[in-house]
Amino acid sequence: MTLSLLFEQLLNGLQLGTMLFLMASGLTLVFGVMGLINLAHGSFYMVGAFVTAWTAGTTGSFWVGLGAGILAAAAVGAVVELLVIRRLYHRQHLDQVLATFALILIFSEGTRWLFGSSPLWLNVPEALSGAVALPGGSRYPVFRLVIIAVGVLVAVALFLLISRTRLGMRIRAGESDREMIGALGIDIAKLYTLVFALGAALAGLAGSMIGALQSVQVGMGEPVLILAFVVIVIGGIGSIKGALIGSLLVGLVDTLGRVFLPSLFKLFMTPAEASGVGAALASMLIYVLMAIILAFKPKGLFAAND
Amino acid sequence: MTRLHKGALDKTPGATPVPMPRIQRETWVNWALLGLLLLAPMIANALGEVYYVNLATRIAIVTMAAVGLNLAIGYGGMISFGHAAFFGLGGYVAGISAFHAFDMTPVLSWPITMPGTDNLLVIWLVAMLSCAVLALVIGAISLRTSGVYFIMITLAFAQMIYYFAVSWPTYGGEDGLPIYLRNQFPGLDTNDPLTFFLICFAALVLALAITARLMQSRFGAALTMARLNETRLATAGIAPYPIRLVAFVISAVITGLAGALFADLNGFVGASMLSWHRSGEIMVIVILGGVGRLYGPLSGAMLFVLMETLLGGLTEYWLLFLGLILLFVVLFARGGVMGLLAGRARHE
Amino acid sequence: MKKLTAVGLGLLMSTGLASFQAQADEVKIGMITTLSGGGSHLGVDIRDGFQLALEQSGRDDIELLIKDDARKPDVAKNLADEFIQRDKVDILTGIVWSNLAMAVVPSVVRQGVFYLSPNAGPSDLAGRLCHENYFNVAWQNNNLHEAMGAYMQQQGLKKPFILAPNYPAGTDALEGFKSRYHGGELAGEIYTQLGQTDYAAEIAQIRASDADSVFFFLPGGMGIAFTKQFHGSGVELPLFGPAFSFDEIILGAVGEAAIGVVNTSQWAYDLDNPTNQAFVESFREAYGRTPTLYASQGFDTANLILSALETAHPDDADAFREALRAADFESTRGEFRFGKNHHPIQDIYVRTVVAGDNGQPTNRLVGVAVEDMQDVFVDECRM
Repeated sequence: MTLSLLFEQLLNGLQLGTMLFLMASGLTLVFGVMGLINLAHGSFYMVGAFVTAWTAGTTGSFWVGLGAGILAAAAVGAVVELLVIRRLYHRQHLDQVLATFALILIFSEGTRWLFGSSPLWLNVPEALSGAVALPGGSRYPVFRLVIIAVGVLVAVALFLLISRTRLGMRIRAGESDREMIGALGIDIAKLYTLVFALGAALAGLAGSMIGALQSVQVGMGEPVLILAFVVIVIGGIGSIKGALIGSLLVGLVDTLGRVFLPSLFKLFMTPAEASGVGAALASMLIYVLMAIILAFKPKGLFAAND
Repeated sequence: MTRLHKGALDKTPGATPVPMPRIQRETWVNWALLGLLLLAPMIANALGEVYYVNLATRIAIVTMAAVGLNLAIGYGGMISFGHAAFFGLGGYVAGISAFHAFDMTPVLSWPITMPGTDNLLVIWLVAMLSCAVLALVIGAISLRTSGVYFIMITLAFAQMIYYFAVSWPTYGGEDGLPIYLRNQFPGLDTNDPLTFFLICFAALVLALAITARLMQSRFGAALTMARLNETRLATAGIAPYPIRLVAFVISAVITGLAGALFADLNGFVGASMLSWHRSGEIMVIVILGGVGRLYGPLSGAMLFVLMETLLGGLTEYWLLFLGLILLFVVLFARGGVMGLLAGRARHE
Repeated sequence: MKKLTAVGLGLLMSTGLASFQAQADEVKIGMITTLSGGGSHLGVDIRDGFQLALEQSGRDDIELLIKDDARKPDVAKNLADEFIQRDKVDILTGIVWSNLAMAVVPSVVRQGVFYLSPNAGPSDLAGRLCHENYFNVAWQNNNLHEAMGAYMQQQGLKKPFILAPNYPAGTDALEGFKSRYHGGELAGEIYTQLGQTDYAAEIAQIRASDADSVFFFLPGGMGIAFTKQFHGSGVELPLFGPAFSFDEIILGAVGEAAIGVVNTSQWAYDLDNPTNQAFVESFREAYGRTPTLYASQGFDTANLILSALETAHPDDADAFREALRAADFESTRGEFRFGKNHHPIQDIYVRTVVAGDNGQPTNRLVGVAVEDMQDVFVDECRM
């Protein structure tokens, strides 16, 4: 393995990590502020991707589609919060799991009803297609670099939002003491709707961007949702910092595991066998990582509050 | 045959009279549900409608899986999102054993030679032991965490096993493993749908009886206390961790046995028995029926399986309506089906 | 609960009556297929192709019952029980996926019901577990991969890089490819995770290798993602694969990234025979889209059943089986016959993806990869 290939794989891990961060930050924010487990978070990712694909297909512009996708995800998030989620804040985690599991079914089949069974077309915009040269002679897709940049921007913006703004102050207050912010005369209901819509918008953003790289189809949110949960549990639920570190950790471990495990087994197995065994272990790797971390740090790396 | 289910019924829990009107009503509902599950397939069998016998068997098995999970969630407060691991392991024990019995090859040749078998008693024993060992490992690590972390770490373990099963070629991987001939119970014809139903029904009743006895014992009191107030339990000189671990293991064993039966009912075991959707489904049944109610899983499974069957025939968008119904139940019918039928539970 | 009981009893009684009313000469076909969730466009096309053939036959003594398996093996098994035990169907068909077929087919055929597979062809059902009541009207799973191995050898490609998901169909694909490709040395062999949607790490490995071509089997969304990402990566190697990643619906989702890809299929919509031309035209008219290979398989399955019904009713199992075995129908893919394990012996074609009239990518027939292809498991079948 050459140095330039290693560098490229590290970039790939970083890119997977930033994509996961867009999903995980919303999930962890919602948990931190409202104490809610939201299995339907992957549905907002799907809504973002579908609306982007549909709008881009109709108008011919990816950027219009991207805007529409984010707005639609935020709007759907707000509506879901008003109709369903706000009845769940005072319930047990168990009720939240069931209700949001039901929302997954409703969103998946509702999307299929609206858009049909076939996967939709969505491509990287013309301006960002193609690849740039990396040091060492390798080439890397521009769009993936853009995803990394967007992830970094969102991370910075979230930190500023939470540490510097009025809204951020309220969010921090909500995280540390849910009763107190009511006493401070803050309209909790409005705050909760806003935070939930923000989380949904971030998921929608991730869905729109990733949809251009992958396949826009019903059920696309579920694998990402599970990964995002792994991330926030590793990082410590409710902690944005934990979500960031967890995302990068999962992104890097998953990518490098997929690359290096098969090579490792090739030292003492036939290529076909090594590839099979290596791939099997690589697919289990992030769950092993999570189990190890939780065995030693039962509240994740940067526990906020539980 | 009559001997079998009569013996089983004698052990039925909930019959102990408790001097509270609410509990009386719950007892009646429990008996009615159990009676319905027993009688409906008998009538169907008499009418020659085998399909409904198998449907009832399915309900009995799914109920049993949920009875296991209910012990962890409802009584122990351990929200496991990974019980599909045990359900699937039980299924794979039945499938692998039958596979080797059919091929006449040993399951293990080292360190001891272990032949395959189609004897259900042996299979059940091995399935329960395997699940106990797995649950001991998973529980020992997972129970160090709590709350959402527990939910997610149990899910993580189940996902590990799922990916292992998908990519392990010996027993079919994602294609799964067919069981050509249903495994045999000494002296009974398991291929007869009604006989197989009665076996599953007896196993279910036994699982209910064990759960009921367990919860009436000192162990059950300690488990309840561990859920409600850990500190008070500790002041009584009892550590909550071993209590929870034992309950988790028993819960896994019950779900695992259900998995073994499920594999035999379908004549098939596959990685889908291990998927996180399956964990979710078992959990949905527990919540739908009423968490921490002995017969909650039965009412939940009846409603879930019937909805699945009836809605599936009406529209290809049936999952949408299933979602809407589930949402309605959790938002407006708290306490699940049992809450509706038998009023609220004692300690709420 | 009382209501539920009443519903239950009502159902019991109504079906009891229904089975008395069933006419003796009517033929009942049960279709279990995937109509919901991811990957449902395959099931929808099989169903639409099948129904089109039934409509065109003009027969009113065939009852088709259709149910959705949601891609879950136990749901499919339960539906099979329902169709056989309650509805008393004569013929079952429709299953899309190998793992569902393995859950359903072995027990169904043993109960004396005919099963005709319009899509899945796992190796066990072609070999060890073959059965007189099981007919595969599509292909054995390995066929298209084997044909591509042969074709890439013919094309003089020396260093292919091959990849597939790590599950039985994936290992079968790579093994099938290797069994017919002896034209050089593999540049690399990768198993990816089932359901994986990001292939950056794999593409980087392909780039770093000295491959001269890429063969991949990544069905459904996995293939869409891979093709798009490969196109955007700047790696310029020719792509080869089985038709599963390049049906007309998937091409619509991949877009121009798919142009230039070469794929093997037992059917193409521009295949020049009158049955096929009529089929493609009528399918477009009825449903407003170009049929996929799945639609053609559904259509052929229905026509095979119709041809056998001309000779015998399924109640006369031996005669009906003989009629199926004869495969005396006009298939959309040209000449078609069964081997002794009831799997097809047929030509496998090569198609390439080109920009169509409206700029949308579409398949063009190039030629034949392998003539009269038969699966390799036929000798394991004791029938």
